[in-house]
Amino acid sequence: MAYVAIADRDHEQHLHDPDTFITKYVWSQDHKVIAIQYGGTAIAMGVIALALSLLMRLQIGFPDTFNITPYEYYQYVTMHGMIMVIYLLTALFLGGFGNYLIPLMCGARDMVFPYMNMLSFWVFLVACIILCISFFVPGGPTGAGWTLYPPQAILQGTPGVDWGIVLMLLSLAVFIVAFTMGGLNYVTTVLQARCRGMTLMRLPLSVWGIFVATILGLLAFPALLVAAIMMLLDRAIDTSFFMPSLLSMGEALDTQGGSPILFQHLFWFFGHPEVYIVALPAFGLVSDLLSTHARKNIFGYRMMVWAIIAIGALSFVVWAHHMYVSGMNPYFGFFFATTTLIIAVPTAIKVYNWVLTLWRGDLHFNLPMLWATGFIFTFVHGGLTGLFLGNVTVDLPLSDTYFVVGHFHMVMGVSPIMVLFGAIYHWFPKMTGKMPNKTLGTIHFWMTFLGTYAIYLPMHYVGILGMPRRYYAYGDTDFIPESAAIANEGITIAAIFVAVAQVIFFINIFYSMWKGKDSGPNPWRATTLEWQTPDTPPKHGNWGPELPEVHRWAYDYSVPGDDGDYIPQNHPIKPGEASVGA
Amino acid sequence: MAVALAVVLVVLVVGSLVYHFLSPWYFTEIASNWDLIDLTVDITFWVCGFVFVAVNLFTAYCVVKFRHRPGHKAHYEPESHKLEIGLTIFTSIGVAAMLAPGLIAWGDFVRVPEGAMQVEAVGKQWHWSYRFPGEDGQFGNTDVRQMTVDNPLGVDPSDPAGEDDIVVTQPIVHLPLDQDTHMLLRSSDVLHNFTVPQFRVKMDLVPGMVTYQWFRPTVEGTYEVLCEELCGIGHFAMRSKVVVQSRDAFETWLDAQPTFAETQDRPVGNPTRGATTYAVCLACHGAEGQGNQAMNAPKLAGQEPWYIRRQIANYQSGRRGTEDNIAVQMAAMAAVMTTPGVIEDVIAYIGTFPDEPAETTIVGDVDRGRGLYQTCALCHGDEGQGSWNANAPRLAGMSDWSLHRQLMKFKEPDPAARRGGHPDDIYGDQMNLMAVLLKDEAAISDVIAYINTLP
Repeated sequence: MAYVAIADRDHEQHLHDPDTFITKYVWSQDHKVIAIQYGGTAIAMGVIALALSLLMRLQIGFPDTFNITPYEYYQYVTMHGMIMVIYLLTALFLGGFGNYLIPLMCGARDMVFPYMNMLSFWVFLVACIILCISFFVPGGPTGAGWTLYPPQAILQGTPGVDWGIVLMLLSLAVFIVAFTMGGLNYVTTVLQARCRGMTLMRLPLSVWGIFVATILGLLAFPALLVAAIMMLLDRAIDTSFFMPSLLSMGEALDTQGGSPILFQHLFWFFGHPEVYIVALPAFGLVSDLLSTHARKNIFGYRMMVWAIIAIGALSFVVWAHHMYVSGMNPYFGFFFATTTLIIAVPTAIKVYNWVLTLWRGDLHFNLPMLWATGFIFTFVHGGLTGLFLGNVTVDLPLSDTYFVVGHFHMVMGVSPIMVLFGAIYHWFPKMTGKMPNKTLGTIHFWMTFLGTYAIYLPMHYVGILGMPRRYYAYGDTDFIPESAAIANEGITIAAIFVAVAQVIFFINIFYSMWKGKDSGPNPWRATTLEWQTPDTPPKHGNWGPELPEVHRWAYDYSVPGDDGDYIPQNHPIKPGEASVGA
Repeated sequence: MAVALAVVLVVLVVGSLVYHFLSPWYFTEIASNWDLIDLTVDITFWVCGFVFVAVNLFTAYCVVKFRHRPGHKAHYEPESHKLEIGLTIFTSIGVAAMLAPGLIAWGDFVRVPEGAMQVEAVGKQWHWSYRFPGEDGQFGNTDVRQMTVDNPLGVDPSDPAGEDDIVVTQPIVHLPLDQDTHMLLRSSDVLHNFTVPQFRVKMDLVPGMVTYQWFRPTVEGTYEVLCEELCGIGHFAMRSKVVVQSRDAFETWLDAQPTFAETQDRPVGNPTRGATTYAVCLACHGAEGQGNQAMNAPKLAGQEPWYIRRQIANYQSGRRGTEDNIAVQMAAMAAVMTTPGVIEDVIAYIGTFPDEPAETTIVGDVDRGRGLYQTCALCHGDEGQGSWNANAPRLAGMSDWSLHRQLMKFKEPDPAARRGGHPDDIYGDQMNLMAVLLKDEAAISDVIAYINTLP
């Protein structure tokens, strides 16, 4: 088998250890360093997006109080959304955790193409810089909404039409190049570089989630790339891909025959899988957190793998549920509502299996477990409201209201972030050799968990009430009672509260790196390979002279007849022991 | 920690239910035939609510019951086919229960009933207009390239079917009660969305194509129309109104609206005749429309004809004229111009005045004003020249003291004393939303100081 070939060959080869500071920490080809570079950059971008969300909320919660113009408001909305979805979530899950965990969990020394992996990060950094430059160009960043719908995105009347939109499209194109270089690595590494005995059905679910998400990304991002290029051409040399004949500010343009809806199809053909590009790694990581801290195998492993694959496949045939009221042929609604609700079934199975993993477990409420349990709550909430919006008829009154904002923040914002924090606390000891501070982490959890619910639960109801999203101000609107302003104030206060809580996270990270307790190699007593490395943090090449060999699946917790409550994957099967997932 | 987490989960579940049933925020009263949509929403709430409560309470139970205690060991059970298949079937039934009514209602929505009355809503940045097909029941062809100040909907003048189309350029449309209404949607620039929350349905307007929705209004009343697809900076201020009334009242209203042919046949103003009528205006606005601050009369010379026409109509219809004493005075004067012909004559006469920039009286911080004017420029133009397309009058070179007073009037908190406070004055209301950007009188002076620098 191909994967064995590479693994076998490895011990004959000399490892090219980096010898200077630059090659070790800057132009590093080590997946662990690249992971931290990716993660750190993504989190820095996330902090910008968080700040923008506060500015936006100040305007909605306390209109007339701050000097925020609609021009700026729409810029905040747009940049907040795009940064969070692409530059934080996608980059952190795949570039960060994908890079860190895939080689370690597969038992490989590094990614298959380390040099390309390094390039991937630096190109990603360029994409981030291009995007940040747009804050400083004349006219500022684009305010077209993160969906960048033309014709509006490239016409007068929208902020950033001179430079902002061009830089945004350029940045996305560069990001996609970076993602492709990383993504090819992740897929190839999972397929080709697993150590001896690591069959696909023995892979931890983290790897499965990241693996399938990467495949989705490789198939979906090209749609965004062509959309970005076509829009750049429309903007720069007056082509008409998305531009019908129209008036702009009262002047007839020379464009004709283009279709604005074509852009929406391309955007959402990327955009819906994108939801799962974020969600599937979260599903995978949280499965491993729950299993480890419940001291119990993940319930229904095989079903979980197939659910990931099924969700990934289905995610390519549901995109137009974002377009029920877009003016596309309304008969599409029947098809897309049906596929969308079908996707609820494998998703529900995943939820059941997480909960059933807790059932009859031995739950240790360490930091990662707190976040993982919080995720179950927020994801159930966000997933269920998706059934409202996916069901085409129910979408009619709710589309384009705050209900949508509440829904996608619960399912795609809060839930993955719960997993990300849980995962950071979980793998922090492996990355640094230190334990994160539990008190600080617990405070961080409660403030974030309760605070985000205080933001998003009322938001759903403000939406049901009929308040449209992307409104700078509401004025006197008869059907909106004055009490809705109180809801909006409360939401803004909760948002500030949650933002403050994130300061605690950074304090914890830096404090624990400096003064944290030594963690030892495997503080959570976990089974997967990354906890079995000879050094913590793992050195270049991960495994010392000998590659590990896997004998069992990733979830041998509390095996009957065994004295301890976990058996690492690289421990041989004992005589008479039944092996799962061979 | 485990007990605390379980308690919090239970509190959140119970709290969410209490919030759902007790908070004052829920759908506004329905005013259309789409009860089936509300029913589907209710079914979805029950099914999803059940799952939400069940899964989270079960989680809370597990969190307490199976928390770590010394000597406790987890149960080892890799999978249970029976349980997983049971749960799959159970979930599928729940999904089908929501999808079925949803698809049935959608089937009703995509098929417009026969005999539905056609109305067209036309959106542009950031205004609504409407069109009825007229007696022949057929809309005339349209083309955005035909759109001009005198043909704002771009109806093709060479298409005979368009002649009797009824053109409603005021952003208020009337609809008859209990009449199936097939609302065709057309945009001249970017995406928009026609939403009346009380009707429950919505659909985007897409330039280059005609989209639709249908509904049957079932409750008399006046409802706000919102644009719900981001369409640029003025998106939030793109408002309109639907008046649902008895068929008789509707017919009366419709009869009073001009056909397309009539709008193209507007009497040509005669400046000589206009001079006679202008004698009434002259006392305050000056012999050459130069304005007179002492008389509270702004400059007229150089103002866009369509804007003067609209303001006279506003005074005559009562949309303006009660907000303050000066407006009361003007309303009385506007009443003198009794026919469209007289109005056109006066406008033609004003058009003959030399257009000298008005004397400036306001001082302010020009640099700050330039920043503030960015937003204004989208409609009023980079040089304050005004735009018929955006329904925005000329500002540059006009009486700055009047501009100052009007901005203050737009910001007036009391609706009775506010310009734009009249429920039918939608363009005024739009300025109410925009004037909020000028936080105080200093900001107003700054922006006017900048406008004064424009050519």
